[in-house]
Amino acid sequence: MSTILETVGVGKMYGDFVALDDVSLAIAEGELVSIVGPNGAGKTTLVNVLTGLLKPTAGLVRFRGQDIAGIGPVMLARRGMARAFQLVHIFPAMTVRQTIAVAVVSQEGKGLRFFSAVDDDRGVRDRVREVASIFGLERKLETEARYLSQGEKKLLDIASAFALQPEVILLDEPTSGVSSADKHGIMRNVVDAAKKAGVKAIILVEHDMDLVAEYSTRIVALTAGKVLADRPPAAFFSDPEIVAAIVGKMVGRLAKEA
Amino acid sequence: MKTAVGVFVLAALATLFALPSVLSAYYITLVLPAVAYAIALLGFNLLFGYTGLLSFGHALYVAVGAYGAAVLSSKLGIKSFELVLLLSGAAAVAAAIPVALLSVRYEKIFFGILTLAFGMLFHSFLFKFYDITGGDTGIRVLRPSLFGNEFKDLDKTAFLVGPFYYYCVGLLAILGFVMWRIVHSPFGLHLVASRENRRKSEYLGVRVRFFRLIAFSISAFYCAVGGAILAINTGQADPELAYWTHSGELVFMAVLGGFANFFGPLVGAFTFIFLKSELMGLTQFWRFWLGLTLIVIVVLFPRGLVGVGQDLWTRLHKR
Ligand SMILES: Nc1ncnc2c1ncn2[C@@H]1O[C@H](COP(=O)(O)OP(=O)(O)O)[C@@H](O)[C@H]1O
Ligand SMILES: [Mg+2]
Repeated sequence: MSTILETVGVGKMYGDFVALDDVSLAIAEGELVSIVGPNGAGKTTLVNVLTGLLKPTAGLVRFRGQDIAGIGPVMLARRGMARAFQLVHIFPAMTVRQTIAVAVVSQEGKGLRFFSAVDDDRGVRDRVREVASIFGLERKLETEARYLSQGEKKLLDIASAFALQPEVILLDEPTSGVSSADKHGIMRNVVDAAKKAGVKAIILVEHDMDLVAEYSTRIVALTAGKVLADRPPAAFFSDPEIVAAIVGKMVGRLAKEA
Repeated sequence: MKTAVGVFVLAALATLFALPSVLSAYYITLVLPAVAYAIALLGFNLLFGYTGLLSFGHALYVAVGAYGAAVLSSKLGIKSFELVLLLSGAAAVAAAIPVALLSVRYEKIFFGILTLAFGMLFHSFLFKFYDITGGDTGIRVLRPSLFGNEFKDLDKTAFLVGPFYYYCVGLLAILGFVMWRIVHSPFGLHLVASRENRRKSEYLGVRVRFFRLIAFSISAFYCAVGGAILAINTGQADPELAYWTHSGELVFMAVLGGFANFFGPLVGAFTFIFLKSELMGLTQFWRFWLGLTLIVIVVLFPRGLVGVGQDLWTRLHKR
């Protein structure tokens, strides 16, 4: 298996605060790597660094062997990495069709067409329909995003990222704010869609340990910006120390929230 | 709905073309600036309504169009109106690019203030460089030729309310069609996405700054065409055109008609011109009444006159 995305000794400071400290990861084709850890561990920061949005203060970020530290989202989308967000990011006044079309237009390099009607573009239309049906959104095509349910908004956010036909996709808590019944639905959708679309690797930030255990090929645990463990699910959950450090804390947090 | 829009557009154009045989020359010289502002507003609203960037400095580009027409006609002896439009439009784009390069990095109030500041710079430039711009008196604009025809047998008014009027309505139709295509194109879709959620759109590959720069340039071109028509109508390129309150009037028109709709700003342009001229004839407190109108629109009808029209339409059709 060849490495597709990696960090080497990545550090990120916010002022004096160390959000990431000497994080080295390698993600290979065919993997679904889950990043877990308590709130404030640095998971979102790591996703931001991995997607070139934040420039690390130390270390390297390489995507297919090329340095992508801080190159920004637009270039990243072109090179084949996509992202869905922890807090839902949608275009409130745009329909499901239009939202997915934004990504399809980028992916097909049609953004500089000024004079053709996007609604009449057969290629775009068919591709939008195809992506929407993978995520079960085909009957909502003409609905404006703001009127979707929370779960549908999440799906739309993810669907639009998939429409870029990325090689790697990063999902920051794709199931937060969604009922536990819907969580599995979303994850199954994502994994199936990834297979169909030829996505080579998925990076998942997730709190729900059931989902992590079921779908991951590997689990990376972060605490206070450091990698505490990096191993397959079986080895991860059979180590009482790790479980106590990560799962225990998270269960504690959940108990506090409830 | 689509056919309703088509019928409405054709009816509006037919009315505009028929007006000279119904109205007196005085009223046609009022309709002309409304047509000019309608063209400018088409461009202005690509940036405001579709891209979500509210400029308080677009009078600059209207003025570039007007001074372009003036300099080309009275200083360089260029008669062809087609050439005047192209060259002043190009000048406006050239003036817009440096402003846009700086301002499209910002949004909301910062974008608004930057564009306002550039507008003020240009206004003072018109006074400072008296030799080129004629200072507070401005520059005379000579009558252009339309498709090579100078209409020498017509006096000034007959030219304006005759061939020039029809020419400008034709321009409005063509430029309106072009803008319609632009806002429905893949490019237009990306502009709207960047307005709705900049970060998300970037992750979907939208080149936000570059596309905003292009939208800004197109809007400047449209404003310059409007400015050239205004200048020929009055026979003068006047520094008042570049004053910041004039930029405010563009915003007023867009809000009055409803910037969320393609046709809103056009309706706003026509309504504003007539409202203003009627109020000015009635009272010296016309600014008060204009201000009051704007307050009522913003508070009670935030979707503008077109929004009111749409609501009435759906109510009638529900019955
Ligand atoms: N822009 C920022 N400026 C300062 N501190 C930040 C910033 N973003 C995140 N942090 C801090 O960095 C730590 C890690 O945050 P984050 O990556 O969001 O954690 P997680 O996603 O694991 O909950 C937190 O303590 C957070 O308060
Ligand atoms: Mg987070």
